[in-house]
Amino acid sequence: MTATADRAPATVPLGSSGKPLKARKYNKREAVAGYLFISPWIVGFLVFTFGAMVYSLIISFSNYNLATNRATPAGTSNYELLFEDPKVATSLGNTLFFAVLAVPLEIVFALFLAGLLNRVGRGAGIFRTLYYLPKMTPSVATAAVFLLLLNGNTGAINEGLRIIGIQGPQWLVDPAWVKPSIVLMTLWGVSGTMVIFLAALKNVPRDLYEVASIDGAGPVRQFFSITLPMISGALFFNIIVLTIAALQVFDQAYLLFWRDQTNYSPESSLFYGVYLFQQAFRTFNFGFASAMAWLLFVIIGIITAIQVRFSSRFVYYEADN
Amino acid sequence: MTTSLTSGAATQQGAVAEAISTDFTGAPPPTPAQRSSSSYRTRSRIGKVVLWIALIAFSCLFLYPLVWLAAASLKPRGEVFDNSLIPHTWVWENYAEVWNRLPLLSWGFNSISIALLAATFVAVSSSLVAFGFAHFRFPGRRILFGLVLATMMLPGAVTLVPQYLIWKNLGVLGTWVPLFGANLFGSAFYIFLQRQFFLGLPRELFEAARLDGASYFGLFRRIALPLSIPSFIIIFLFEFQASWTNLQAALIYLNAGGVEDFTVPLGISYAMTQFSPTNGGQGEYQYVMVASLLVTLPMLALFAFGQRYFIEGVATQGRKG
Repeated sequence: MTATADRAPATVPLGSSGKPLKARKYNKREAVAGYLFISPWIVGFLVFTFGAMVYSLIISFSNYNLATNRATPAGTSNYELLFEDPKVATSLGNTLFFAVLAVPLEIVFALFLAGLLNRVGRGAGIFRTLYYLPKMTPSVATAAVFLLLLNGNTGAINEGLRIIGIQGPQWLVDPAWVKPSIVLMTLWGVSGTMVIFLAALKNVPRDLYEVASIDGAGPVRQFFSITLPMISGALFFNIIVLTIAALQVFDQAYLLFWRDQTNYSPESSLFYGVYLFQQAFRTFNFGFASAMAWLLFVIIGIITAIQVRFSSRFVYYEADN
Repeated sequence: MTTSLTSGAATQQGAVAEAISTDFTGAPPPTPAQRSSSSYRTRSRIGKVVLWIALIAFSCLFLYPLVWLAAASLKPRGEVFDNSLIPHTWVWENYAEVWNRLPLLSWGFNSISIALLAATFVAVSSSLVAFGFAHFRFPGRRILFGLVLATMMLPGAVTLVPQYLIWKNLGVLGTWVPLFGANLFGSAFYIFLQRQFFLGLPRELFEAARLDGASYFGLFRRIALPLSIPSFIIIFLFEFQASWTNLQAALIYLNAGGVEDFTVPLGISYAMTQFSPTNGGQGEYQYVMVASLLVTLPMLALFAFGQRYFIEGVATQGRKG
């Protein structure tokens, strides 16, 4: 009798004492099922993300011999080489320069386009569709077209500039114009960023503008006091994502300048992602390439951290989110 | 398409469904505080004209490279560079001859197969993992999901070398496996996307099915998955595009093989180099143009079919920020 009386409370889910409640917080069968469902991700994470990162760290302190498949300890020599190899500094400088040039232009252009689209009522859909097509174009096709469009002598871009009386530069040959060339191509595909801004603009309550215009605030004032704060979340997201993408730029630089190994390309077109790729998969310096990757990881981490810190003062999040 | 999207689960409040049913083109912009002075009305009419001129001008800017590409693909070799949007000489034979010059059929087959595998695997595995995170309670769920989100910020360059070595050690270099293998384990953004969707499904649906004796996997297969078709399609289309346009992975994993084993982007990159006069080619860029158009068209078709999904997927990326 007493035994059953003792056992009874344990089977009641709502234990009055804390301990059984905590033990019953998770249904065991349910928890196991949950783990089973997420197990593909856990395996993938352990192997392809966490495992790969640890592996990468080890390789960066080794010399990897592809033939024997052996990594021999190399101390910090790969990291020292980062400072000795002038191409690391060159490519890093090129990449940072590109990012500083590209990201603000992308943000301003995308926001401008989103603002335009947000202003049209009917018909915005058509324009959004047209503006999005470059984003669907594979990078290899973009590069094939821009390679000819940007040709200094016969390219359509310089031909167009000539009409308005400007002598266009040798885009792909003049070292000073290499990065603007890639910026141009990047801006052509800016519609992804634009769509994010457009979605954010749609969420700004209309009545804010009405109140502001009654109070006599002009369009400029409205933009800086209402629009910008209200879309600061999307703005922040776009800046971070575009920065990370810019620091890893590969396809366009590779296709336009480094695809053809017999051809000379200006050093100013050597981007970090391209040099890393060359080191890893052209000369198979896996140790050095891994050290390069970790340097990039740290740089991206620092830049993102600064952006997060800076933006946390300005970003407005809706209370319900 | 609208009806299928707004039916069933899409009316639930999941972030995906919510915005899929949002019609971007719907609401006309309110004229700020309908001041009915005639000067205001003329000013707004002028503003409207300027707005439409700007929108059309940008449309031309965004479309120009694509139209240029289509035109160039129909020109004889000597006229590819002439920037005329209407070919002086129409060479439809380019489209017949390109198949003899380049193994486009093999490349296309490789690209389609890899993209289908990559998209299917990642959509299924991400859905499974997302259901695990959305439906079940288990210890460490929050931390693990935080980890999922954190991996989204990881720059791909860091894991490039170790992943190559992992595939090498598994003995699958030279096969398609490295190009889709990691997709078997889910992908962070897609997991996030599907989880949002699943969280919007009413819990009673699952409880009722449980009472009817459905297994946990049955809940996923019979209820969650069929209801999440819209976001499943987003994932599938996104990944199909990512795989179809992916140049770097093909460069790393397929470049060592025969030309027949290339994907379309890698093949076009190869053709650009081969046809270049500096490499003994004859500058037959018209075939590069045809191939570039052919690699782009499926993406434009994909967009025509699934525009809402693409726009929604991109907009969701911004919303998570």
